[in-house]
Amino acid sequence: MNRKHILVALVQDRPGVLNRIASTLRRRNFNIESIAVGHIEQPGLSRMTIVVEGDDAGVEQVRKQLDKVIEVIRIADITEESPVAREMAMVKVKATPSTRSEIIQIVDIFRANIVDVSPDSLILVVTGTSDKVDTLIELLRGFGIREMSRTGTIALPRGGAGPLTIEEHKPLRRVVEQAAPEEENLPDW
Amino acid sequence: MIKTGAEILCECLIKEGVEVIFGFPGGVLLPLYDTIPRYPQLRHILVRHEQGAAHAADAYARVTGKLGVCLATSGPGATNLVTGIANAYLDSVPLLAITGQVPTHFIGKDAFQEIDITGITVPITKYSHLVMDVGDLARAVREAAHVAQVGRPGPVLLDIPKDVFQNRTEFSYPEKVDLPGFKPKLFGHPAQVKKAADLVNSAERPVIIAGHGINISRAFPELKELAENAQIPVVTTFLGIGCFPESHVLSYGWLGMHGMGYANKAVHNADLLIAVGMRFDDRATGGVSTFAPHARVVHIDVDAAEIGKNIPVDVPIVGDLKNVLQVLNKQIDRREHIGWLTQLDEWRSQHPAMEIRNHEDILPQYIIRQIHEATKGDTIIVTGVGQAQMWAAQYFYYDKPNSFISSGGLGTMGFELPGAIGAKVGCPQETVWCIAGDGGFQMTVQELATMVQEDLDINIAVFNNGWLGMVRQWQELIYNKRYFGTQLYNPDFVKIAEAYGIKGVKVSKKIDVRPAIHKAMEHKGPFLIEFIVEPEENVYPFVPPGKTIVEFLELPNPAASIKK
Repeated sequence: MNRKHILVALVQDRPGVLNRIASTLRRRNFNIESIAVGHIEQPGLSRMTIVVEGDDAGVEQVRKQLDKVIEVIRIADITEESPVAREMAMVKVKATPSTRSEIIQIVDIFRANIVDVSPDSLILVVTGTSDKVDTLIELLRGFGIREMSRTGTIALPRGGAGPLTIEEHKPLRRVVEQAAPEEENLPDW
Repeated sequence: MIKTGAEILCECLIKEGVEVIFGFPGGVLLPLYDTIPRYPQLRHILVRHEQGAAHAADAYARVTGKLGVCLATSGPGATNLVTGIANAYLDSVPLLAITGQVPTHFIGKDAFQEIDITGITVPITKYSHLVMDVGDLARAVREAAHVAQVGRPGPVLLDIPKDVFQNRTEFSYPEKVDLPGFKPKLFGHPAQVKKAADLVNSAERPVIIAGHGINISRAFPELKELAENAQIPVVTTFLGIGCFPESHVLSYGWLGMHGMGYANKAVHNADLLIAVGMRFDDRATGGVSTFAPHARVVHIDVDAAEIGKNIPVDVPIVGDLKNVLQVLNKQIDRREHIGWLTQLDEWRSQHPAMEIRNHEDILPQYIIRQIHEATKGDTIIVTGVGQAQMWAAQYFYYDKPNSFISSGGLGTMGFELPGAIGAKVGCPQETVWCIAGDGGFQMTVQELATMVQEDLDINIAVFNNGWLGMVRQWQELIYNKRYFGTQLYNPDFVKIAEAYGIKGVKVSKKIDVRPAIHKAMEHKGPFLIEFIVEPEENVYPFVPPGKTIVEFLELPNPAASIKK
């Protein structure tokens, strides 16, 4: 049964990482809806949020194949944890004096913000779940969308420490050695 | 101590235990080639085409278990390595490919002989890295060697610009590797191992499918112990051939498209598959939806991504085979499966895959059998790809691990000659037979010069049938004999050998086969035998694509057969 999954990954900031990840996704024919990447609290590391559509087994393959990339430190599927997921969109919509007030009403309903006005268009910024953003964009289509840009989803699992939480006192540097079975190096299964 | 990048590379390779580099020079590698001679611990073998360097390093790694190293210059040198790197990738071979690159200030400017080899090899390497600063070089080499060999082995590419070879820096060899994103799981989860043991102990019709992973992990005694203790039949994959002695009473051949009918039947009728170090490749499984319909699956592999990729698994175990099997074996009860084994023996007698029918011309299967008799199985067989490859796998009894060296995943024609070179360099005391088809032989024929220059005593058997045999077979069986693009005009292979200074004989009569083989083995130095073989011979059994592995085609009614 196909549904949207959210994968979050901790990756090292080394040249070519994005290329290798994109290459893995492309060659294995995975159905990617969006990828968002940015720096995080620890220098030298980035966090990637990937929204992929598929069945559970297929998405688990995506996760495992990406885990093989050397620069990927950790990758987890947080869909089951009902994560907090948001994305941002900027939309430049056609706005004449006669349509402007109607657009502003819609903007208010969606708690979006107008950041630029010109005689025949205005730019608004909206954040929210991708469903919310989808709905707003559909409504604005009627007025004529000049240009649009979306960031893709970013997400954090709810509650305390999640799979990608890095503790303050424990640096991420790891010394590779033959681990004994009792240690933390056990697989998830 | 202050050293140049070239010196640092050489010293790091020596620290990693590298003794042999297969390479081909070029402009950007000049600083390196000026440095290597000062390190007599490194033997450089000059090939004639970079593809040969990659294949030789690949085969060297397979027979020795060490890291294979190949070296090529920038641009065309690097791109010529691509096929060999892809070959190593699909067969999980620890290969370090080092390519020279144009000086750093030229990178990105479409300079002379500049190519983005790091980008090109992204999908076919575990890791690829362009070293922009000489201060980075030692760490890069250390990491590359580590990644290539640990966990599931695979090729790694290091791209080193000319000025990095020339620049100097303080050299210190990093003792530890810091790769937070690369921590292969080497020990299976104890709870999973227990679950697997329970399944094994209660199975009525278990089958072990042993793959290339057993060879890589060197888990031969552990596999033997498991099979013998619980009396479980062992079927290998194509690349697993030799990981379990084929003369052992529990050995039941190998499965798949050209595997033994009885092996396919065993897997199809099993109630438990213990898959160790194999990845359920489509050649092994046939149609996936109808594969092993009655079996539960225990899948043990060091690569988590392979588990559940092709076949749903009941008990997944991620870990190094040697470690996992040691723990598993302690929990396995001594058992017998007399009824099941009797059934397998019955299938074996119904589908005698090792019989060779009587024929007045030379049958390729006959040649393979004669080589086995002459060597008593004590040899390394390196094959090309195609019909000759399949017959070499079928009609020879492999008892020693890593004695069957063949391109499985990529199926690269032309692997045979440079592969034989790599095998002989890695195991100079072993007899090496190169099984070449007439098509594949011509793809890397120039490496005959390497063989002579390095004085490598390799026996070469060229199967000349004037066709690209495997493709012709498919055209015959599936495309109604519409032969196109498969008939070969061939040169006189003996004359070619002699032009390279290699002794050769042409054999066209069956009675001359055995003496020629003996002559090759007694001769000191490389020897080529051109066998004129029966042209329209097919490889059986054959599972047509998409069919279940038990729907194999067999040779209709083998007539009176020669001894088994």
